[in-house]
Amino acid sequence: MASNESAVLFDQPGPKGRKTIRIVNWIAGIIFAVVLVLILMRLHNPPDGENQLSWELWKPALDAEAWTDFYLPGLWATIRASVLAVIGAVVFGLLFGIGRLLPNVIIRAVSGAIVEFARAVPVLLLMIFFWRWFAFAGLPSPAYWAVVLALVIYNGSVVAELVRSGVGNLPNGQREASLALGLTRTQSLIQIEVPQAIYAMLPAAVTQLVVVLKDTALGSIIMYTDLLQESRRLGSMYFNILQTLVVAAVVYFIVCWLLSRLAEWLPSRMQQHTAAPAEPEPVAPIAIMDPSNVNQIAVAKEGVPLGGAQRLYHVHHRGTNASIHRWRETRYVQGYDETHPESQIEFDKNGKPIKDNPLEDLMKEAKKKEAEHHQGKGQSKTDRES
Amino acid sequence: MKKPLSIAVKRMLRRGMAALCAFACVFAVSACGADDADGRIRIGIKFDQPGLGFKKNGTYVGFDVDVAKYIARKLGYSEDQIVWKEAPSKQREAMLQNGDVDFIVATYSITDERKRVVSFAGPYFVAGQDLLVRKDEKGIDGPEDLNGKRLCSVTGSTSAVTVKEKFANEVQLMEQPGYAECATALFSGIVDAVTTDDIILAGLASASRGRLRVVGKPFTQEYYGVGIKKGNTKLARNINNAISEMIKDGSWKRAIADNTKGVDYTPDAKYNPPKPKEGEK
Amino acid sequence: MEAFISLFSQYDVPAAFLVNIELTLWSALFSMILGVILVMMRISPVASLRTVSCAYVELFKNMPLTIIMVFMVLGAYAQLKLSFSDTFATNFFWLAVTGLSLYTAAFVCESLRSGINTVPIGQAEAARALGLNFMQSATQIILPQAFRGSVAPLGNTLIALLKNSTVAAAASVATETSSLMSEMIEYRSDVIVPIFLIFAFGYVILIIPIGMLTTYLSNKLAVRR
Repeated sequence: MASNESAVLFDQPGPKGRKTIRIVNWIAGIIFAVVLVLILMRLHNPPDGENQLSWELWKPALDAEAWTDFYLPGLWATIRASVLAVIGAVVFGLLFGIGRLLPNVIIRAVSGAIVEFARAVPVLLLMIFFWRWFAFAGLPSPAYWAVVLALVIYNGSVVAELVRSGVGNLPNGQREASLALGLTRTQSLIQIEVPQAIYAMLPAAVTQLVVVLKDTALGSIIMYTDLLQESRRLGSMYFNILQTLVVAAVVYFIVCWLLSRLAEWLPSRMQQHTAAPAEPEPVAPIAIMDPSNVNQIAVAKEGVPLGGAQRLYHVHHRGTNASIHRWRETRYVQGYDETHPESQIEFDKNGKPIKDNPLEDLMKEAKKKEAEHHQGKGQSKTDRES
Repeated sequence: MKKPLSIAVKRMLRRGMAALCAFACVFAVSACGADDADGRIRIGIKFDQPGLGFKKNGTYVGFDVDVAKYIARKLGYSEDQIVWKEAPSKQREAMLQNGDVDFIVATYSITDERKRVVSFAGPYFVAGQDLLVRKDEKGIDGPEDLNGKRLCSVTGSTSAVTVKEKFANEVQLMEQPGYAECATALFSGIVDAVTTDDIILAGLASASRGRLRVVGKPFTQEYYGVGIKKGNTKLARNINNAISEMIKDGSWKRAIADNTKGVDYTPDAKYNPPKPKEGEK
Repeated sequence: MEAFISLFSQYDVPAAFLVNIELTLWSALFSMILGVILVMMRISPVASLRTVSCAYVELFKNMPLTIIMVFMVLGAYAQLKLSFSDTFATNFFWLAVTGLSLYTAAFVCESLRSGINTVPIGQAEAARALGLNFMQSATQIILPQAFRGSVAPLGNTLIALLKNSTVAAAASVATETSSLMSEMIEYRSDVIVPIFLIFAFGYVILIIPIGMLTTYLSNKLAVRR
């Protein structure tokens, strides 16, 4: 995953530079290895207490019984809560995200207040509150519903913002065309803009699924028998809680990692269904909090200036212009930049265009050309699609 | 002034809601495993307390489980007619009030405060707060010795506060979500003692491969009762008879011995075995 | 109503919020330092540094914070004997700060990396053309601009950090808000909704200014190109 940012920061090193880099490389590698070994040695022979690496402790954490009785039921509980929470969050997010865009002032204000409130309250507080409340109200399985509802509310508010920024990112032409066809603003919003925004936000919603999955682990604090809680239970039988926690952590990591990969793969599929950029913005998907970008929200707020006339300049002048898809092309088209975007595509030393380039489309074209050019040179080129 | 949504959108929303409801139902059912009372009895126990109520290989083991099984048998239910339900400490009252369970045997101390919302039968055991220490620990023979030491207890439990207020003002408290974490901390030496009811500690010590021991000087009394729905005196009487019988025919003692194997533990003889007569009027 | 007010003389709610704020500020400081180191490693020409930084970010991004917190106590403290103080309260506070910093550093690294993406390649090329080496161009040209470009994601990370500080309860920090809230609910289960709303609005009041400041700064500091 050599990214373009590392390639431009330093010159192609010469023989001396390469040697230095190699030496630093080895030194750093050795330092990390030594730290790892020191930690393992500490675990192997702690000052007082028992050897945490002994098979006697690891075996009960790994055998078939542990999986069938503890981890798998726990994982199922975790997944059950996350899936329901994601579905709920999408419904919640659509309701209030559309609510924030409707022309009616009251609906907009109420939706806005709810979303802002839901975004600000820590999930753990929500969980504890719902748990105790449901238990006092006498609902069945209060811990489960508390976990689901708390996650729905928080992640629903994130989805609401995604809907809003998704609509904001649509080209103005979409709305203008539907208004010209005689649709009302609400109809245009619900029939034309939101459906496209949904496609555009799906990858971000999958990223959000990772957040939900991680946050279900908070459920163990309110005694929900999720993967974390089950692994603690298993650990209380043989006093190998550290080992069972490691196993649970590995399971969490694998599941979340696979979902993250899915979120990276999804945009290319979704782009066919929408005029908005489905590819996540270069802004990091800050999984713990909020994948939306304040600048995009600001755009969504702008509305249509000058009675529907095309904006002369766009968000790109708010500063973080690189966060907008195809900004280079736009700047070129609008005359702010004289360099044709195609000449700005970065190539690595084999002459292949580098990924991560904001100019995805042009890059693909260039790639196609290059593939035609190199036809017959072997299949290794296609491996770059990862 | 909301404009009417178009039919297509309504249909979409309706479909969405239907799907959501279907999902909610599926998940709700699998979440609580609704059951009908066709000749079954539902008993609430702990699932996570070694020695008392613990889920292991799909079955349940522990002293509370043995007592519950005995009572169920005397009430006329065979073992496969029992539906075990998890009764976490904070949900016990609600579970009884809603009728989710018929009775609860889950280290449930009889207190006046609880008696306002539920009734108890029993007591079937009198536990006392005690200390769990490492096998080679020399300096701790009772709560008074804890000054300057480190003590672990479970979040939300009052037992550690009792020790701090009544016996040792300078003890340092650590709170953990479960006793297993406390025992792990005790193993590795970051705390010097764990405190809670002696029978729970005996269960922990029994699982510890002989590295922990119970001090054996209980300094409070906790009367463990069988929680039942408020005012059900008939059930209370039946349960009390069953417990008396269990004590009389020796299965009570056997159950304690079985579940604290490998630990030198005897219940506080001054109060045990108890005379169950709670909740009959 | 009087009973309700007496509840607040009995439990010190502002003090609990103060604990969360302290947790947040210390963790913000340390995660920032660690995040900058990670991002420098990430863009450096040395392969092993890049690999380690990448692995670190992937690991902590895909790991629940709750598990990290539990590990801080049962792993780092109990087994590795990573101890900050003999007093339990202080010790667990700093263990929680460590856990939060380790976790948040991964997100700080990602935010800064997105900030670096907003710096046009020409800047780096110009720096090279002037003869600056890697450290010089990174610290004098790229990172200062990257910081300004990543104000928005960094602000979001700070907000998330403040909210995540409640998870310190899993690392035995018993004085922070979520623990205090459960304690109060336990004691007064009849006024459960008002108790929750008070804590919830406490967070709303803390977070809204951060959000506004972030938006203001990200517009003000953005490098206009």
